[in-house]
Amino acid sequence: MTLAATAAGHGFLSPTGVEIAFLLVGIGTLGAAVITVTTRQLVHAALWLVVALGGVAVEYLLLTAEFIAWVQVLIYVGSVVVLLLFGLMLTKAPIGRSPDADSGNRWAALVVALAAAAALVWVVVDAFRATWIDFGGAVQGSAEASGRSLFQYWVLPFEALSVLLLAALVGAIVLSRRGGEGRAPAAALKDGAARVFGAPATTPREEQR
Amino acid sequence: MSDALDIALRLIAVFVVFLVFPLVIGQTEHKVMAHMQGRLGPMYAGGFHGWAQLVADGVKFAQKEDIVPAGADRRIFQLAPAVALLPYLLVLVAIPIGPHNAVGQALDAGIFFVLAVMGVGVLGSLMAGWASANKFSLLGALRAAAQLLAYELPMLLAAASVAMAAGTLSLPGIVEAFHWWWVPWQIVGGVVFFTAGLAELQRPPFDMPVADSEIIFGAYTEYTGLRFALFLLAEYAGIVVLCALTSVLFLGGWHGPFGADGLGWLWTLLKTALLAFGVIWLRVTYPRLREDQLQKLAWTVLIPLALAQIALTGVVKVVISS
Repeated sequence: MTLAATAAGHGFLSPTGVEIAFLLVGIGTLGAAVITVTTRQLVHAALWLVVALGGVAVEYLLLTAEFIAWVQVLIYVGSVVVLLLFGLMLTKAPIGRSPDADSGNRWAALVVALAAAAALVWVVVDAFRATWIDFGGAVQGSAEASGRSLFQYWVLPFEALSVLLLAALVGAIVLSRRGGEGRAPAAALKDGAARVFGAPATTPREEQR
Repeated sequence: MSDALDIALRLIAVFVVFLVFPLVIGQTEHKVMAHMQGRLGPMYAGGFHGWAQLVADGVKFAQKEDIVPAGADRRIFQLAPAVALLPYLLVLVAIPIGPHNAVGQALDAGIFFVLAVMGVGVLGSLMAGWASANKFSLLGALRAAAQLLAYELPMLLAAASVAMAAGTLSLPGIVEAFHWWWVPWQIVGGVVFFTAGLAELQRPPFDMPVADSEIIFGAYTEYTGLRFALFLLAEYAGIVVLCALTSVLFLGGWHGPFGADGLGWLWTLLKTALLAFGVIWLRVTYPRLREDQLQKLAWTVLIPLALAQIALTGVVKVVISS
């Protein structure tokens, strides 16, 4: 697609309904994200994160990337946030404000966040400024299109990522199975899990050790 | 104009199904459980074999006081039932019941949509359990979360196997591609999918999150009145969704020995109803698993089986197409 051919007939001053919806959802998502990091209530922060991630999924839908949108919901809303809530509830999740849910690093965090946002916005705007999605034609973000480009042009990054994930998986197993001097944190975790699951906290065999 | 009318009619039809089918299954459960346990079940409400029992129950729930515990997080406590129930309504939109586009809305990646949105329902249990300010509720919510994390994976893998076999992610497309010999080919995946789905719905024998003899009623302990009824409705809507999905993915949906053209939807409904009967049967038959048994079943049995099914599907697919 060349710039002149695609930019013709589109303007920023006569937005279509989809563009307006995209903008509104984007503002809502941004708002939810800001609340996520500013609220003093831990579990509320996790739930606002659900709203923010869901908003991103809606943005994907509006960009006709249906497959990516559902994967976003499946992985982030359905699994990552559930894991996050699970961890919060297992450790510390008071109802109401947590006075210690704050960090002295917040100004540094703000600077990093703004820098990352600026870099991302700049890169995306620079790359896709003149690209328009044709709603009348074939769906560009369908599962078939995504799969084709993923396994034709992006196989190497895909495989590298899978190796990375495998390494993380093995690392997690090694960490959680560590015995000997590393027993203290593992045992504490196990006791916590035992309280949840109703299993005996320490098995007889471990008592003997 | 006719487009808008068409969409509206489809959505109304889905909504009616959403309101009626869970109640039918609830009433069936009353009666089937009763007869399996050598009693009659509800007999008075409505006259004929107590058919109106659930209507009476609904009236009762609506009359009860809606209590929010003093220490609870009010807004989240009140929002939780909606979060638990709405995903099943959304999922029903994508499930086809007959050929020729007899579906609320055909989606390109329907199978992903369905599984993704079903997973969101558990957030309702988590919110309810945390916001109740009750130890039993919190324990129930934790168990629900652990259960979801364990059973989402085998469910997804089993569904991926069917998608591989059909070469498409769209639910109507999968049923279109179905042949009768898929049933023996995908039977392991089907069993894994159905079992994992039962666990995701927290139905017996996987009802640890609401184990009444240990933690009262888990995440729903503090709920009364209509909000409690909504959680119950979510469970039955979940049964409808799970059974319909299993019949669409693994049992061929509207395909049958005869009448596939005009009466295809009847086949889908028949298969769904049979599976729902099985769900009720399992509840009456099996005792509840212990939580560690439940986790062990998922990680050491269901996931390896699902992976083996995927390998088998891949091999057969390559052999067929070469």
